[in-house]
Amino acid sequence: MATVAQTVPVRARSFFRNLRAGDQIAYLITFLFAASVVLVTTVLVFELWQKSELSIHRFGFAFLRTTTWDPVNDEFGALPFIYGTIVTSVLGLAISVPLGVGAAIFLSELAPPKTSNTLTFLVELLAAVPSVIFGLLAIFALVPLMRLYVQPALIKAFGWSPFFKGPTYGVGVLTASIVLAVMMFPYIISISREALIQVPREQREAALALGATRWEATWDAVVPFARLGIVGSIFLSLARALGETMAVTMVIGNDPRISASILAPGYTIASVIANEFTEATGDMHLSALVELGLVLFLITIILNGLGQLLLIVTAKPGTAR
Amino acid sequence: MLTLTGVCAVVTASALFLILGYLLWNGGKSLDWNFFTKLPLSPGDLGGGMANAIIGSAKIVALAALLGVPVGFISGVFLAEFSNKGMADFIRYTADLLNGVPSIVIGIFAWTIIVVPMRHFSAWAGGFALSLMVIPVTLRATEQFLTQVPLSLREGALALGASKWKSVATVVIPAARTGVLTGIILGVARVSGETAPLLFTALNNQFWSKGFNEPTASLPVMIYTHAISPYEDWHRQAWAAGLVLLGLVLVANIAARMVLARGAAAQRG
Repeated sequence: MATVAQTVPVRARSFFRNLRAGDQIAYLITFLFAASVVLVTTVLVFELWQKSELSIHRFGFAFLRTTTWDPVNDEFGALPFIYGTIVTSVLGLAISVPLGVGAAIFLSELAPPKTSNTLTFLVELLAAVPSVIFGLLAIFALVPLMRLYVQPALIKAFGWSPFFKGPTYGVGVLTASIVLAVMMFPYIISISREALIQVPREQREAALALGATRWEATWDAVVPFARLGIVGSIFLSLARALGETMAVTMVIGNDPRISASILAPGYTIASVIANEFTEATGDMHLSALVELGLVLFLITIILNGLGQLLLIVTAKPGTAR
Repeated sequence: MLTLTGVCAVVTASALFLILGYLLWNGGKSLDWNFFTKLPLSPGDLGGGMANAIIGSAKIVALAALLGVPVGFISGVFLAEFSNKGMADFIRYTADLLNGVPSIVIGIFAWTIIVVPMRHFSAWAGGFALSLMVIPVTLRATEQFLTQVPLSLREGALALGASKWKSVATVVIPAARTGVLTGIILGVARVSGETAPLLFTALNNQFWSKGFNEPTASLPVMIYTHAISPYEDWHRQAWAAGLVLLGLVLVANIAARMVLARGAAAQRG
């Protein structure tokens, strides 16, 4: 050691020591990897922007407002896809939220811990099922069911309104929404359950002491306390539903038209990208598809951000009022 | 009203059983030995299998794990051990953002930076696309389980004269091993069922693909193309593939969760 210290100058020696200790090197290496994650994400956004520039320049904001999707004449308007994406996701939520929040209340408030954990485990396994499997089952099980029973029944009951009109194809907006609803269950249930479990005991006991029934205590004292967490879970599952590709593509009918009826076929952003991307030959067509991807990306990160924010706010004790 | 919430719980939990049951029924009827050993046949010919898609999926997922796990893991170590709070928050936020990117958009990205310059579809592009989905999951799992390691363990190592990186490498990471591994398995299992990012990166292939430079078949994409085809025998194949894929994913999930539960119990006891 002494000979080394004599031959190298002071600065170099301290560097040499650090090198031996390795902390700086470990810092540097791990930092580089972490920075690469940031870099990749940045490049992703940049590439999406750059590849859609052609279409952004040509159509501007009209891209989001017009309804013509005509690859032959290079006329592209994204409204039918945006509409389809939003309608299927919101309808899916409308089905999923009551059931999911209800189940979360049962799991956190009523069920014995063992039952609760088992059921939660099963529901969370649902999140592991690949979306193409949901699509497979939906095509062969749900679509015939919709065509033969559900859609005729809906038309019979509500046929007077514009929302339940048209032929019964089986595929369509409602079918896609049902599939999305099932896919959203695990997210809504497990996050809402967490939020409900975190509600302090006193909150329940105070309500019960004031003479509330078990249901009143749950609904009026516990659920409002966990409100933000539940809303957060809704935002997060909405973001998932908007970006969902395979299951929706397989059952929505892939028809770029806006129709009021939820039984009619529709089209979503993710589906049109999945269907047309490999077949797109014109630059403008590709660019328009990438711009759709960019729109989808922006919508989902905004919703994700809002959802995370709500969860962070609720995680701090005493803020959920 | 309370009973009604119980009904909700039963309805939502039964969705899994309906899916499993229906898939077992239809997939079980269709699954045979040929499925694992033969190539897909052209429509009209009965029989055939998806051997190439099984191997293809394995190749793509292995590639995704090899690319994604080290990046996610080492970044997670940085976040938990070396970074200051501001930078950690920023990188964590970025990872969450990457995690939230719709899978089809990941596919577009992999297409623009791998498929376009290479001028052909390949297992590389598919593996890269999936690795982008492995990274954030691994990163968050690593960070979460490393920060859960008690401070006293680190202090013990430092007090014995170990440097920071040595205490991280020999004490903290081994202590968090179970959790991190579980997180990684769950992440890899999740991407193994992804279809959308592969549609225009690995594409598909009716035949064997050599190496990593050719369009490669994968189970999820095969299920998709077979399910939307009009041929009866292809539907049969899709069911069989669905059963195999779901079986693999669920086994990985259940195993990982059981290991985690046992690890947690051991730590408590």
